[in-house]
Order: sequence, then structure tokens, then C-alpha cells
Amino acid sequence: MIARVSTWWMLLRISLAERLVYRGDFALGTLMRFLPIVTQVFLWGAVFSGRAALKPEDPDIAGYTYKTMIAYYLMTMISRAFSSMSGLASGIAGDIRDGTVKKYLIQPIDMLGFLLLGRVAHKLVYYLVAVGPFALVFYLCRGFFPVQAGGIWPGWPDGRTLLAYIASLVMAFLLAYLLEATIGMIGFWFLEVNSLLFVYMLLSFFFSGHMFPIDLLPGIWGDLVRLMPLQYLAYFPAAVFLGKVSGPELIWGLWFQFGWIVFFLVVARVTFHAGVRRYSGYGG
Amino acid sequence: MSTGPSYFRVLLTFLRNSLVRDMTFRADFLINTIAATSWVVMTFGFYLLVFRYTAMLGAGSGWGRYEFFLFLATTLLINSLVRGLFLANAVEFSEQVRTGALDFALLKPIDTQFLVSLGRIEWAAVGPFACGLLLMGYSLCHVEYMPGPVQVILYVFYVLCGVAIYYSLMIAMAATSIWLGRNRTLLDFWFYITNFARYPMEIYSGPYGRPLRHLFTFFIPVLIAVNVPARLLAKPFDLQSPAAWQLPLFAILATVLSLVASRWVFNRSLLSYRSASS
Repeated sequence: MIARVSTWWMLLRISLAERLVYRGDFALGTLMRFLPIVTQVFLWGAVFSGRAALKPEDPDIAGYTYKTMIAYYLMTMISRAFSSMSGLASGIAGDIRDGTVKKYLIQPIDMLGFLLLGRVAHKLVYYLVAVGPFALVFYLCRGFFPVQAGGIWPGWPDGRTLLAYIASLVMAFLLAYLLEATIGMIGFWFLEVNSLLFVYMLLSFFFSGHMFPIDLLPGIWGDLVRLMPLQYLAYFPAAVFLGKVSGPELIWGLWFQFGWIVFFLVVARVTFHAGVRRYSGYGG
Repeated sequence: MSTGPSYFRVLLTFLRNSLVRDMTFRADFLINTIAATSWVVMTFGFYLLVFRYTAMLGAGSGWGRYEFFLFLATTLLINSLVRGLFLANAVEFSEQVRTGALDFALLKPIDTQFLVSLGRIEWAAVGPFACGLLLMGYSLCHVEYMPGPVQVILYVFYVLCGVAIYYSLMIAMAATSIWLGRNRTLLDFWFYITNFARYPMEIYSGPYGRPLRHLFTFFIPVLIAVNVPARLLAKPFDLQSPAAWQLPLFAILATVLSLVASRWVFNRSLLSYRSASS
């Protein structure tokens, strides 16, 4: 047990060291993540001003005021900080294509576990770099967050909702990891998965709630998107924090999110097993 | 007799070679084109959704549904041209710097910036470009105003100015790889900066919006790259009015300055390049 923990700790340290090699690139990437929210603030300002002129008696949009809409986008930034897995699927497919994947077959290292630790290290470094800018942006934008009944601070939810929010974020991370790892492992069959990955990113961007709250989708479109696991990557955690999902709906939401994780864990394991049986490595 | 290369013929060769490569992997090309086009369709869907809830992007701004779709069409045309011609090259340039493969470009008897900017052309951008043209035709059918030949010529000219401004920003950003060692986030940065130009400049109002509008008009002129040509179709101005010409004239100046500045940054960065391959 101690040996295994020691191995995992070493893997985590190696991954941390790797992530810090290109610090300039990393810091630049972190700063850039704040830029889109600026355009969203102004875009939705224009949309709500047009809405108020059109329907002064009903200026809200799908239950969102201008402020809660911006608060939603800010919260999806946190969701995405957990569920964004840049380079994971393409990295796995690349390893399969160039044969690097065989190291997992001849060494006593589980690929999914190893890459998970690498991703945890990536996230830890990211949060370390990003916590300052995040705190600053959220402090400056604190006025956008609605006061919630029983909230531990103004603009925050109550303690239980906060715990549910943290759980939903951690599960968003795991779900996104398993989803992308599975897509990457399709490389055992197709070698090149970039197009497939693009389709996934496209669907994820629109239907995870990253681009807009899925509450805006009318009728059957909204129902369809709610059946997909993608909403748990961005929309669901943000909606939990803002009190848009509460009571039994919140509990069920967390269970569904957990269920999707179990589902994709099984799918990822089966895909890896089947992929390895199909894989052929040549040369030294 | 000139002994230099014919840049036009080299460009035609790049275009042909890229097409041959794309056609070699036809299925991949088809999927890429469909994927790029799907992105456009989804974006269009988002704006359709937005206009379910409002009639105007900003009260009294004049950017109604179809005026904004003309703006969106212009964004698509400029973005697809830039993505098709330059984006893959800029990303590749960053990797060439990191791996030392830039040595091969420096040794060729042709301008290095030209070579690294246009060596690989992404024909899949034809899909979004066609979408832009279709959306423009559809929107023009729904606005009360039909542009004349002068507006059309000016429109094409300012679209090319927009492409030049975007390109300048992109190549200058790619050149920073030489100083940073790696710039994998180039694509993200490009997306985030040009994100500001995806909307009419009127939305940047108020005490925080105006400084942003000035920043992205006069210092990093991405706002005028799309706004100026889009206005020619969507919010036509009086060609006889000198005041109305201020922004279009400034767009020409900004284009020239952007090209000159990016050339300077590119050349300066090359001076700091150290081969990584030996």
C-alpha cells in the first residue's frame, strides 16, 4: 500500500515538474481564459437592453436577469476549469499512433490511472496559477451574484448547496476525463481522432452550457440536451451554485452525474481492454 | 533580369500542393469541412436563439436580426480566409521554432515570412466561407437596402483589409514563440482576441466598454477589421458625408500600420532564433 502511494506521489511530482517546464506558455494560457467573459458581459448587456426595449414588462430571459446571466458565465468558467481536458484525447491517440502506448503494456502502470494523475497535476498547477486572477475577477464581479436565502456570504449559497457544488465540480472533472480518454482510445481503431474530437468539442461547447445556459433552449431541444451527460460539465455545477437547481432535483442531478461517471468508467475500461487486444506494435 | 522567385507562382504552387494533399485524404478533408461548417451552423443557431428573446442587439443600436446576420456573414468570410490561409501555418511556425525545423525555412531563397505564412493552406475553410456567402445572400433578401456596385467594391476591399489586420496580429503572436520557447496557446489566444471583433462595436459602451472599444480600435485594431466592411452592407453610410469616412479611412491606416508592425516583430524575433536541431 505504502509502495503504491509512493509510486503515485512520484508520478504526481513528475507530472507537476513537466507542467512547469513551459511556464510562460502556461501563464499566458491561464490569463487568456478570462478574456471571453468580457465579451459576454457586453453581448448580454446589449441583448438585455434590447429585450427591455422590446418587452419592458418582462425584461428577464428564461428566468435570468442580466446580472444572473453574467454570474452564470462566471461560474461556468470555474466549471470549465475543472472539466476542460485540453490535449488529453489527442495525446492518447497520438501515443497509440506512434507506439508510445506500448510503455503502458510492458510497465506495471495503468494508463488511465497514470494519465489521471497527470491531469490532476495539470489542474493543481493551473489552480495555483489561476487562483489569484480568479479571486480578483470574482471580487470585481461580486455585484453580479444574487443574494441567496441562507447563503454563508452575500452572493454565496448555503453550506449544503456549497458542498453539493464542490461535489458536482469534482465529478465534472472525472466525467470529462473519462469522456475524453474514451474518445482518445478510439484511436486504437481509427488512429486519427481529431475530427471526432472536434465534433465532441463542438457539441460540448454548445450543449454543456458553456456558450449559453441550456434553460434558453426551447421545448424538445432543451429536453434532449438535458438527457445528455454534457450538461454536467458546465451547466449543472453553475446552476447548483446559483440556486437554479435545488431540493430533490439537485439530489437527482448529483446521482445522474455520478451514474454517468460510472458508465464512462466502464466504457473507458472496456475500450482500453478491447483496444489493447487489437493493438499491434512494430519495431524497437 | 530578376533572379528572385515569382511569389505569385509560389503561392499557386502552395495552393495546388495543399489541395493535392487534402484530396489525398479525401475522407479527412470531408470530415474537416463538415466539422468547420457545423461550427458555423451551431453559432448561427445560438444567434437565432438570442433573437428569440430580443429584436435588437442593444436598444436603438440598429443591429436587428438581419443586420447582425450580415455582420456575422462578414465575420465568417474574414475568419475563414484567415483560418484557411494562415492559421495552420502560424501554429506550425510555433512548432518549427521549438523543434528547430525553422532552419529549413531560413535556408530557402525566398522571404521567410511569406514561406512560413502560406506554406500550408487549409481548403476545408471553403465550407465556412460558403456559409458566409449564403448567410449574406439570405440576410440581404431581408433588409430594406440593397448595396450598389461602389459598396460591393468597397466591401471586398475592406474585407481584405480585415484579413490583413487579423493576419498581422496572428503572425506577430506566432513570432513570440521564438522568445517564449513554445506558444501552444496561440490558437486560444487568437480565438480570444478576435472574439472581441465578433460583435458590433456599439455593444462596447458605458464607462468600461468605451476604453475597450478604443483599445480594440486604435491599438489592436481587430474591431474595425469586421465592423467597417459589415457596416457597408448592414448600416450603410452616406458616401458624400466626410464624417462618415473617418472610420473607413482609419481602417486603411490601421491595415498598413498592422502589416508594418507585424513585419518588424517577425524580423526582430528571427534575430533571437537559435536553432534547436543541432
